[in-house]
Amino acid sequence: MTVAIDVAGLRKAYGKTQALDGLDLSVAQGEVHGFLGPNGAGKTTTIRILLGLLRADGGSVTLLGGDPWTQATGLHRRLAYVPGDVSLWPNFTGGEIIDLLGRLRGGLDAGRRASLLERFELDPTVKARAYSRGNRQKVALVAALASDVELLLLDEPTAGLDPLMEAKFRDCIEEERKSGRTVLLSSHILSEVEALCDRVTIIRLGRTVETGSLADLRHLTRTSIMAELASPPDGLDRLPGVHDLDVEGDRVRCEVETDKLDGLLRALTAAGVRSLASQPPTLEELFLRHYAGDGPQRQEVAAAAPDGTSA
Amino acid sequence: MNTLVGTGPLTKLALRRDRIMLVIWIYAFAAFAGAAVYGFKKLYPTVAGREEFVVASNHNTALLTIYGPFYGNSLGSFTAWRDTVLSGLLAGIMSIFLVVRHSRGDEEAGRLELVGSAAVGRHAALVSGMLVACIANVVVGVVMAVVPIVLGIPAAGSIAFGAGVAFCGLTFTAVAAVTAQIAQTARSARGLAIGVLLVAFLIRAIGDSVSVTGPIWLSWLSPIGWAELTRPFGAIRWWVFALPLAAAVLVGIAAALLAVRRDYDSGLLATRSGRPAASASLRSPFALAWRLQRATVIAWVIGALVYGVGIGSAAKGISGLLGSAQVRRVVARMGGQTQLTNAYLAALISLTGLAVAGFAIAAVLRLRSEETDQHADPVLATRTGRIGWALSHLVIAVGGSMVILAVAGIGVGLGHGARSGSLGTEVARMAGAALAQAPAVLVVAGLAAALFGLVPRASVAVSWSVLGAAVLVLFFGETLQWSHWVMDLSPFTQAPKLPGGVVSAAPLIWLCVIAAALGLAGLVGLRRRDILA
Repeated sequence: MTVAIDVAGLRKAYGKTQALDGLDLSVAQGEVHGFLGPNGAGKTTTIRILLGLLRADGGSVTLLGGDPWTQATGLHRRLAYVPGDVSLWPNFTGGEIIDLLGRLRGGLDAGRRASLLERFELDPTVKARAYSRGNRQKVALVAALASDVELLLLDEPTAGLDPLMEAKFRDCIEEERKSGRTVLLSSHILSEVEALCDRVTIIRLGRTVETGSLADLRHLTRTSIMAELASPPDGLDRLPGVHDLDVEGDRVRCEVETDKLDGLLRALTAAGVRSLASQPPTLEELFLRHYAGDGPQRQEVAAAAPDGTSA
Repeated sequence: MNTLVGTGPLTKLALRRDRIMLVIWIYAFAAFAGAAVYGFKKLYPTVAGREEFVVASNHNTALLTIYGPFYGNSLGSFTAWRDTVLSGLLAGIMSIFLVVRHSRGDEEAGRLELVGSAAVGRHAALVSGMLVACIANVVVGVVMAVVPIVLGIPAAGSIAFGAGVAFCGLTFTAVAAVTAQIAQTARSARGLAIGVLLVAFLIRAIGDSVSVTGPIWLSWLSPIGWAELTRPFGAIRWWVFALPLAAAVLVGIAAALLAVRRDYDSGLLATRSGRPAASASLRSPFALAWRLQRATVIAWVIGALVYGVGIGSAAKGISGLLGSAQVRRVVARMGGQTQLTNAYLAALISLTGLAVAGFAIAAVLRLRSEETDQHADPVLATRTGRIGWALSHLVIAVGGSMVILAVAGIGVGLGHGARSGSLGTEVARMAGAALAQAPAVLVVAGLAAALFGLVPRASVAVSWSVLGAAVLVLFFGETLQWSHWVMDLSPFTQAPKLPGGVVSAAPLIWLCVIAAALGLAGLVGLRRRDILA
């Protein structure tokens, strides 16, 4: 498996704010990779470094086998980018912008353009200033998806879409996966990442905290168990990997590390199981575990750079 | 009036955001008034000398067109003559920018959406923008009255003079409030209001140009004309102030009626739909840059032609009418040449150079606004490189400046040649004279490019300040007898005074070399820095 994106020890500071502090990210060719993190974690900064828009302060970055800073234009022929906050030229129509970006990228599939427009129900004759946020997002999505490229860099692409369009977006990404394109999907919408991604990297405060396939990550999570037993259980609190144990007579509630599930079940069956409910681990739990309540929330790093001059 | 809730805090916020800009504007008005009084005191110390100039000027179409007629021969009349029309224009521009910036500008940037969701009435932003403009105009009026009084000019006339400028600004505050309701974007709201301002200027220009013999009533139709028609240092007509007051109130009411019918971030003029696909030619960064800038370039070309023909056709009259030694000295000071016609044309062509430098700065800094508006990101994420992207706008800045200068020169040649009977030679001569300003313009453009590449956040403020300094040097440098090394810093001091002056190649070549070096520095800087958003 060749590597489409390989980032190691990436660092980037805006003045005193350390936006990236040793970030690692590895995306294999042909996979849909989820890039998760709370606001200000450094997702956009990472993507803008991958695009050669920002220069890294330290660490190594390889994109499609090249250096995104020195070989930006060559690499850009092979990728398409959808920014998180799509800003369009107000006097241009959506159709014009799709064509322009496609041509600047090196070509657009007219058939795909037409079918994507239809699919996303986007009117290409409307001037960009009249589009809603979701429709601006669709313009950028159509321009990216209709391009013939190997790699899609999508920065929170569904942020402005309604649930119906979000579902259509998922179908599109599913097709991209089948056709072998590599996708880096930054998001903080867990269900989306869970549904689409082969592998996930979770970052926080500019550092990678977890990375791996969803199956790998689930090993790190806990399954919650609720059981009604024939007799009060004994010795559950001595079992390894069991947490938050709550025993009320013959009722048991607890959380168990997923790879220690077997031991708990044996103990429960020994006491006689009358009813059992288990909840599989979700990414959300993983997410919350990494973000909730550890350390002070740092100040949000504005999506790209803290630039106060525009006011 | 719950649609006005929050106007107070919003006005304070606006004043805070604009505090530096407002101070600069007000300082500029004060300097403008002060320099006129001070300069004329030195140039025309005697009543006889002034009277000679007044008679000559009131019979000169070109001067009447630009400045309007004299109403008296006191130093005060001279100050009012020189400053009223131009200050009225400037006050109008200031008001238009303030109103649109705090209403539609903030809507477009999305800032008002956030503010508007708080306990803030629907019309609070518009009203606060208008209030800020009113405050600014009142202060400008006070300053323009106080400065002459301090310099020994009669108080009543000075007050009428300052008030005339302030009321002109107030009228255009209301006009901008209307265009902000009509236009589809902040940019076109500004454009529309400035269009009204220019029409007001032209109407009074025509009215004033025939004021001695013909229908001066045209000037009574223009808010800028009203400021002159109060006759600050003649027999003051205080009642004329009722006109701008009534106009401001009526137009303001119109704005209020329109504002009720308008939705957030859209104008009353409906947005038309456009082409579903891009034209075949829209396929390169240059095509994109041209599409973004072409309307501005075309407007400048048309303006340059009109302006050129205008000053060209007035030139022949100058030499016939301005016979006095005093006047010869004035015009000679403006251009530095002996022959009057040439001096007049050279002075106005220098002015053209400065104006075109303004175009060049705006064209170069389009790069910066593309960057801050996050329009650059998607383009630079394609195979378009930074240098290609930057060059596409720089080419328009450089090429556009040359074309505008050439067209202005051709216009002067056409206007002057048609009256003096040697069309072909004059067109070529004047186009050359105007193009001789190009190297100086390019230095300014190069500086803007260098700033954009090296210190992007300061680029806008510093570029325009430098142009402002060059304007000060041209207008006041000689009058206020600044030392030569200060004046030599301006590239426009180095440009030859054509027609009539001596051309030496060395300074022109140096200017071009400096411009190229600055441009290159900007490109190198751009390659090495982060694209900010």
